[in-house]
Amino acid sequence: MSAEALLLAALLVPLLGALAIAACDRWPDLRETMTLVTAGSLLFCVLSLLGPVLAGAQPQLSLVQMLPGIALAFRIEPLGMLFALVASGLWVVNSIYSIGYMRANREAKQTRFYVCFALALACTIGIAFSANLMTLYLFYEGLTLITYPLVTHHGDEEARRGGRLYLGVLLGTSIVFLLPAIALTWAAAGTLEFTRGGILQHGLSNAAIGGLLALYMFGIGKAALMPFHRWLPAAMIAPTPVSALLHAVAVVKAGVFSVVKVIVYVFGVERIAGLWSVDWLPTVAGFTIIAASIVALRSDNLKRRLAYSTVSQLSYVIFAAALLTPLSVVGAALHIVAHAFGKITLFFAAGAIYTASHKTEVSQLDGIGRRMPWTMGAFAVGALSLIGVPPAAGFLSKWFIFQGAAASGHYLVMAVLGASALLNAAYFVPIIYAAFFRAPQGGDHGEAPLPMVLALCVTATLTVGLFFYPQIPLALARQLAGL
Amino acid sequence: MITDHLPALQVVVPLLAAPLMVLVRRGIFAWLLSVAVSWAALAIALALAFKVRAAGPISYAIGNWPPPWGIEYRVDGLNSFVLVLVSLVASIVAPYARASVAAELPRDQHYLFFTMLTLCLAGLLGITVTGDAFNLFVFLEISSLSTYVLVALGRDRRALLAAYQYLVLGTIGATFYIIGVGLLYLMTGTLNIADLALRLRDVHEIRPVLAALAFITAGVGLKLALFPLHFWLPNAYAYAPSAITAFLAASATKVSVYVLLRFYFLVFGVQLAFARLPMAEVLTALSLLAVVSASLVAVFQHDLKRLFAYSSVAQIGYITLGMGLANEAGLTGAVVHMFNHGLTKGAIFLLLGGVALRVGSTRLDRVAGLARTMPLTSFGIVLGGLSLIGIPGTAGFVSKWYLVLGAIAHGYWWLAALIVVSSLIALAYVWRFVETAYFSAPEAAAAQISEAPAAMLIPAWIMVVGCIYFGLDSGYTLEGARAAAAVLLGGAR
Repeated sequence: MSAEALLLAALLVPLLGALAIAACDRWPDLRETMTLVTAGSLLFCVLSLLGPVLAGAQPQLSLVQMLPGIALAFRIEPLGMLFALVASGLWVVNSIYSIGYMRANREAKQTRFYVCFALALACTIGIAFSANLMTLYLFYEGLTLITYPLVTHHGDEEARRGGRLYLGVLLGTSIVFLLPAIALTWAAAGTLEFTRGGILQHGLSNAAIGGLLALYMFGIGKAALMPFHRWLPAAMIAPTPVSALLHAVAVVKAGVFSVVKVIVYVFGVERIAGLWSVDWLPTVAGFTIIAASIVALRSDNLKRRLAYSTVSQLSYVIFAAALLTPLSVVGAALHIVAHAFGKITLFFAAGAIYTASHKTEVSQLDGIGRRMPWTMGAFAVGALSLIGVPPAAGFLSKWFIFQGAAASGHYLVMAVLGASALLNAAYFVPIIYAAFFRAPQGGDHGEAPLPMVLALCVTATLTVGLFFYPQIPLALARQLAGL
Repeated sequence: MITDHLPALQVVVPLLAAPLMVLVRRGIFAWLLSVAVSWAALAIALALAFKVRAAGPISYAIGNWPPPWGIEYRVDGLNSFVLVLVSLVASIVAPYARASVAAELPRDQHYLFFTMLTLCLAGLLGITVTGDAFNLFVFLEISSLSTYVLVALGRDRRALLAAYQYLVLGTIGATFYIIGVGLLYLMTGTLNIADLALRLRDVHEIRPVLAALAFITAGVGLKLALFPLHFWLPNAYAYAPSAITAFLAASATKVSVYVLLRFYFLVFGVQLAFARLPMAEVLTALSLLAVVSASLVAVFQHDLKRLFAYSSVAQIGYITLGMGLANEAGLTGAVVHMFNHGLTKGAIFLLLGGVALRVGSTRLDRVAGLARTMPLTSFGIVLGGLSLIGIPGTAGFVSKWYLVLGAIAHGYWWLAALIVVSSLIALAYVWRFVETAYFSAPEAAAAQISEAPAAMLIPAWIMVVGCIYFGLDSGYTLEGARAAAAVLLGGAR
């Protein structure tokens, strides 16, 4: 198949998969098989595209004219490739995990769950491969809406409230800030096409660029820049597989992906480097990193702690991109990958703990490592990766961010990174310590069902594997930064 | 050649079909004829639109009396767009109406219902196609009188009161309009709209012209439910038969907007209305009030029909807002929103007709858990709601995009901000339905409710699909809207 056909296939496979899953409503085994087949096919399509993209090709596809001069169009550039690879790869693992989790917890409405999941992946691929801001915006909003039924899966009053916050913040920011930002870009540049070096070439004052950047950064609510981060902990009301794939990988990464994409392809790194009006961004991102870490430190609920850790880690990506040096852009791209693997492992572990023992609080985890050695072992790997300890993927991305900071002479940055590594250690290490070295308390249980344990071992292995074999992500990230 | 007479046929076909229905007095015959007539009207409107696009404006002299003495029917890029909208809505509502009317009206009234529907269509098409200000008044009355009857046919007794309220206010509106036209006639000696525009340039005694503008604004404003002249609308929409609510919401107010556009831009002219008089500021202020206050009122309604009726007042506010911007992007947004909102609101009210049929009410507390019993209807309303909010990928987004661009082109940042913020209020009222339908458990009695009949679902879903299609591919609608905006701004067609 040609690259264009593969691109179309990558967009259509999850859509058709959703239809197939819906059609198999009455036969759960067949339905789950469909999910796995769909996820596998999508990964195959994306992997087939990897070769051409690594070789420097940018397959593209234009479907219809949404508005005069603005097409619904797709083009695969290195960052989008990287994001699609992460999302589709982890969807396969997550599907195996979901089957274990949904069955073990006897969740209701499983068909709706799998259908929405497939559609959410379709939107994610749409975001990753979008060729212009309007296409990105279309799928960005689509992803918000299609994940709403997943967040509110339990359908009770708490889910309704969580859903309101989720939808209110995400749609609110994207309508009130992001849409005007796109309209202003269109009015100023006459194009919305993602272009290397940016499209805002002339005609805008420094102050206007700073304002526009603020509209984008706060408009992309999925990146959870404070003060628009509250939706993320609210979304933790969802079943754990949703938190794992969507709120550690697809949705939040769609946010930071858009942030990096806007900075690299709309503003242009060289174009805005050194402007006084964009200097505030590292400060806000740095503040988010530290503040969210502190909140995480104080949360006893495990998923809530992980959610705030996510808020903090997302700002690493924004922070790295905002340093506006090629090396830090490489770091930003790599951190999207590294954090995805580490965080999904942690969420998988949290879900496994809940399924096996119905424990949700950090303070209940004493000695659980002896009952669930695989799960807590994987948890430790994920946590170490997020702290940035080698040999885990998180070290790699932080290394590049550090280098970028050193190159640009941001010494404050180094302080932020150091402090945040300490904070990360402070909220993860006690969990690991308690799990393995404290005496177990009450209840007799073993590991979670096999599919779940299998999934979290795979992601933990990948987290370590990425440290030793970073070639592919690194090559894509370098391509993005033009190195 | 018959094609030369298309402008006349556009009105004559439904106008002659209506008495025929009364003569035959059979519900089924009336229904079939009204479907045939509305489809024929759509075919004629499309043919006219293609002709205008290819060869420019069409002028047709009724009875071969040349304008400005005889009555002229004149089709240009602006009204051909409105003709397509009105006849399209009619051609979807007419097939739908049979099942809905069978449930809501006694058998002996069926033929009257379709007679009035067809007359109303004739009136609306006449208002749009005519190039004569007095002839416009005649059609305005034809459409209004038939609308009063249609609203009064609603099975709730309060429909009578709603119809009476609408009758009083509608008559005041029509009277104001004719007073305005009379003043213009006094000053120029002509009733032909194109001729009026020419002769008004030489009128130096401006005061009566200003009075005419005021009367026409108030009169037509009443008909289009311009804030604060909208009080008749929520009741009329809530108590009219379901099919009529959809038809009126999608077409009648849009035709009145068209009349106002025609008079402001092509009779009085931008110079008089927007430079000499502060009509842009007035329209913008009233529109914003409509958008914000009506949306807020919608959030607190307990009945879905009323909720979406108030939403209509707000959405009409967006249209008049684009009109007040009076630049290319703003006017394109206004015209395209006439179409997009017509489609969206038509879809929603058609689906609500199904709810009224199956549940027996559209009160919010009665539709709890509707998603389980009527999944297709509920999901359709949600998609329509997304279009009202203006989510990308829906028709409503295209309109919002142009309105925001129109505000930016003027440098009105605050206005762009208000437009986007106000769409969040739409999110609030749409989500009231979502939470009720999807999160609440149905009452025990409601558990046996089944999905609406296919004869109602299919027309409604055609409109829902239209909402999505025209959001993803805006080629056709925007081409029409831009041509219309060009006409308004004095361009070629």
